[in-house]
Amino acid sequence: MGKALSWLLGGRKPLASHLLLAPASLWLIFLLVIPAGGLIVLSFAKNGPYGAIVWEFGLHNYARAFDPKYLPVLFRTFAFAAATTVVCLVLGYPLAYYLTFRAGRWRNALLVGLMVPFWSSCLVAYYSWMIVLGKEGLLNTALIRFGFLSEPIGFLYTPFAILLGLVYFYLPFTVLPLYASLDKVPRSVIEAAYDLGAGRWTAFWKVTLPLSLPGVVAGCILTFIPCLGDFLTVEILGGPRYYLLGNLISNQFMMAQDWPFGSALTSLLLAGLVGGLWLYQRWEKA
Amino acid sequence: MDPPESAASPAPADYLCLSGVSKSYGPLTVVRDVSLAVARGEILTILGPSGCGKTTTLRIIAGFESPDGGRVRLSGADVTDTPAYDRDVHTVFQHYALFPHLSVADNIAFGMRMDKVPEDEIKKRVPEALAMVKLSGFESRRIQSMSGGQMQRVALARAIAGRPAVLLLDEPLGALDLKLRKEMQLELKGLQRRLGIAFIYVTHDQEEAMTMSDRIAVFNHGRIEQVGTPGEIYEMPKTSFVADFIGGANIFSAKVLRGEPGRAHLLLEDEHELNVPLDANESLPGIGARVKVAIRPERVKVFYKDELPFGLIRFDAILKDTVFLGDACQIYLQMFKKNPERLTIAWAGGDRYAVHDDMDVPVIAAVDPEDVYILERDNG
Repeated sequence: MGKALSWLLGGRKPLASHLLLAPASLWLIFLLVIPAGGLIVLSFAKNGPYGAIVWEFGLHNYARAFDPKYLPVLFRTFAFAAATTVVCLVLGYPLAYYLTFRAGRWRNALLVGLMVPFWSSCLVAYYSWMIVLGKEGLLNTALIRFGFLSEPIGFLYTPFAILLGLVYFYLPFTVLPLYASLDKVPRSVIEAAYDLGAGRWTAFWKVTLPLSLPGVVAGCILTFIPCLGDFLTVEILGGPRYYLLGNLISNQFMMAQDWPFGSALTSLLLAGLVGGLWLYQRWEKA
Repeated sequence: MDPPESAASPAPADYLCLSGVSKSYGPLTVVRDVSLAVARGEILTILGPSGCGKTTTLRIIAGFESPDGGRVRLSGADVTDTPAYDRDVHTVFQHYALFPHLSVADNIAFGMRMDKVPEDEIKKRVPEALAMVKLSGFESRRIQSMSGGQMQRVALARAIAGRPAVLLLDEPLGALDLKLRKEMQLELKGLQRRLGIAFIYVTHDQEEAMTMSDRIAVFNHGRIEQVGTPGEIYEMPKTSFVADFIGGANIFSAKVLRGEPGRAHLLLEDEHELNVPLDANESLPGIGARVKVAIRPERVKVFYKDELPFGLIRFDAILKDTVFLGDACQIYLQMFKKNPERLTIAWAGGDRYAVHDDMDVPVIAAVDPEDVYILERDNG
């Protein structure tokens, strides 16, 4: 600890820059680096009776994680994350485009509106979705009232409800980076395309879209990655049939009381994400 | 103010012609009743201070803005309602507006690809356009790796590669340093002569306008103050704005005493009588009317001894200040006893007055009446 502090405050850089860095560094060290390190250590330990931890180290938790019975969970998790990302992109790009180029003086109000779901707890949001989607919920009542249905449909606890919840929660994660990168495309560059004979569609495909690709990639990453770890959505809207990786992990900690196995699953997910991002960065630089 | 001479004449083929063009944003009118004709192969500069409506006028010609009133004609056809991508007009933007995700060659080929020019023709024309802007061999370079001057050249090559009828340039040299700007001015002029197409050049820099233009349209508050060759604009400014904006001028108030054919007797600042010439098409404003007159600083001669050449009008003046500028010297004179605050600026070449640091000494200022221009009625 003393060594870390002297490393932090010593060196050739002026003290002020260390002071600027210090709060965030300490925060990250105590709340991210140390817990994550502990988690990794824990993942090599053994599970005892009644959730006790036996400090015998080995790879047995990892061997268990690769058991084929967990493959469907892994597959389902990636499928939901990918589907959420695609739906968010399809819904989010036109929205971000509208915000950037068409919203005019409503732009800031709409941006705030986009952020509103973040201000309420997502638990509250999901419980309100239950009210909408339930057997006697708003959606069923409305569909029956207007004669589209004769009997209520179970919308809840279906893949549709999960996807709806995920898209609802992660849409701003897609839209905000898209908005930021579309906003950085100079209007004069788009005008230059018109000037040189490109119609609206051509100008969009040849200029606006390629220049907003960094935002597309950032938006997809920011949506896809948290989706992989999401468990609350399935917990509330999906039910046990559609358990995802996040539920599997949270169950190890909450229900099965098998912290070492949960740690191993978490470490694998973390390694997969870091590896994936690293590969992406290498590909981007090449 | 006289209407611009181009207003009445119809547009022959190959001309760009604006007639009565206006544009407002809400309550703010930025372009008022602008009429202008540009000949094929001419460089016309739109000159004016920022906010005078010059860029908006250019954007109306390009098709990025539609005017509230008036028509735009190009090569005889009315293009007022033609969208930008269908106009045979290309623009060199102020900050280049190159496509950062495309190579130099693809930037230049963009317009030709939109016009469905065959690829083998494009392959020939891209190096041609690059050669014209002295960037041969830069085809595969990335935009981000280029300097401002190089980007400017690529923007130029991209705009001329499609061989438009009219090239619009919106302060194209604004972001370059002074030396590079001077070089590019002459280069642009040479390029325009070779291409033989019309350039419409927007700038707020009067020196640039004088260097580049066949004709200058001076804009102020969304209106054209005067259109003419650089010589006409400088030698015969029609309004005090033009006189003051181009080259600087001493603007005085005067009263018309009497007239004779082609000339007017004026009382300058209620002190000195002058007999000044009138323009051929200028009528005498009327006996007793107050007018504004201009005298260019370089036309005010300053003498320290009695050596007044024949034909000049003599003012007994007091030397108030001199500013040495290297190639010239600025002299501030007190010429009027009734209005001692009113200083007259004179230019003298070389270092003749540079070492003179005696202030408040009597000198003689001399003006040729032929160098005094009547600008407009003084309503103030």
